[in-house]
Amino acid sequence: MTIARESSAAVQRRYIACPHCDTLHVEALIPEDYTATCRHCGHVLAAPRRNSYARVLSLAVTALILMLGALFFPFISLEAAGLSNRTSVVDAMLAFSDGLMLPLSIAVALLIALIPAARLCAIAYTLVPLVFGGRPYRHAETAFRMAERLRPWSMAEIFIVGVAVALVKVSGLASVSFGPAFWAFAALVIVTVLQDNAMCRYTIWKSLENQRR
Amino acid sequence: MEISGKSTPLRTARQAGLVACQHCYLVHETGAVRCQRCGGKLASRMPGSLQRVWAWLFAGLIVYVPANVYPMLITDTLGQHEENTIVGGAVELFNHGSYGIAAVVFVASVMIPISKFLAIGYLALGVRSTVAMHPHRRHQLYEIVEFIGRWSMIDVFVVAILAALVQLGNVAIVHPGIAAVSFALSVAFTMLSAQSLDPRLIWDADEEIR
Ligand SMILES: [Zn+2]
Ligand SMILES: [Zn+2]
Repeated sequence: MTIARESSAAVQRRYIACPHCDTLHVEALIPEDYTATCRHCGHVLAAPRRNSYARVLSLAVTALILMLGALFFPFISLEAAGLSNRTSVVDAMLAFSDGLMLPLSIAVALLIALIPAARLCAIAYTLVPLVFGGRPYRHAETAFRMAERLRPWSMAEIFIVGVAVALVKVSGLASVSFGPAFWAFAALVIVTVLQDNAMCRYTIWKSLENQRR
Repeated sequence: MEISGKSTPLRTARQAGLVACQHCYLVHETGAVRCQRCGGKLASRMPGSLQRVWAWLFAGLIVYVPANVYPMLITDTLGQHEENTIVGGAVELFNHGSYGIAAVVFVASVMIPISKFLAIGYLALGVRSTVAMHPHRRHQLYEIVEFIGRWSMIDVFVVAILAALVQLGNVAIVHPGIAAVSFALSVAFTMLSAQSLDPRLIWDADEEIR
């Protein structure tokens, strides 16, 4: 490895650098079910898994369907002293909708529904050609980069824990029962976690590149 | 990627006069603007990283003050009017015997935000200093901050759910307080602060001694 050779264009494409510590590595084909880690900081660079595209794609589609159910079916209902109130997730998003609280309402809608849904769509859009063969769709790279960038802002799983805390707070006050949307949302969280874990970003980038040629 | 073998010295892309993509890891010649593979913007180190870290961090600190002073939750139960701040809500849960949930609320809305302010400040200062912890330790801290910070949003969701759910006429009505807005902003600003920190800066002091 010499400096002169590294910067020549032909050799250069064979190098990658760890995104955390900038250490150079030679780009290599990582066999399925192996994990490649950074030699300096130990960050996982690539972890390709067998059939992972098909699995991630089907999980993303499942999550989208669950999300539709979770949004519009009744979520929880509350009963006290003969009065009752049913809430859907949409109601929870609109809870802040008066006056000053409106921006917060929009933010909650983004964090628990719109951003997760946008991410799932972008991931499905990226993966369909990788699963069924053929050239990646137009702007698939941009879509996938956006999905990655939005990852920390997708907070469906935090919302579910929030629901648990809220239920304990009202449990003394009233009786609570769960609607179908609650279970859909809980399943959505599990599916999303499975999907995130099955996805190797680096392998997806390489596949996109190879199938564009 | 152990291809070059353990014996080769470790070098950074910057030392080799190259610039790496943060999204797909591919390296390019210095001066390249966009990544050939994924189209992402290239920068050897994110420009203005530290300034943005500090700016978002101070913004997050400033809005964290009203988040603790003003009520988060306004409850009207059978003629009783009650206003709860973040800490007040956790104390009340504790008094009702829900120790576990009180702990969750306290950790998510008090301990995590405060330790996050300290951790980000420490990491940003550590970039310039030679006496900081080993990069491995600092990098672990960075990953913990990235992973845990978003969980502070729990309290905002709790308020949203309660305000939507508890609308029982004269029996009980819950309204969100203004603190919900400033707390949500504080969490978002500190997340942006953590995201602005280029992790490669943490390792740079280590660059020469590899
Ligand atoms: Zn590394
Ligand atoms: Zn790239």
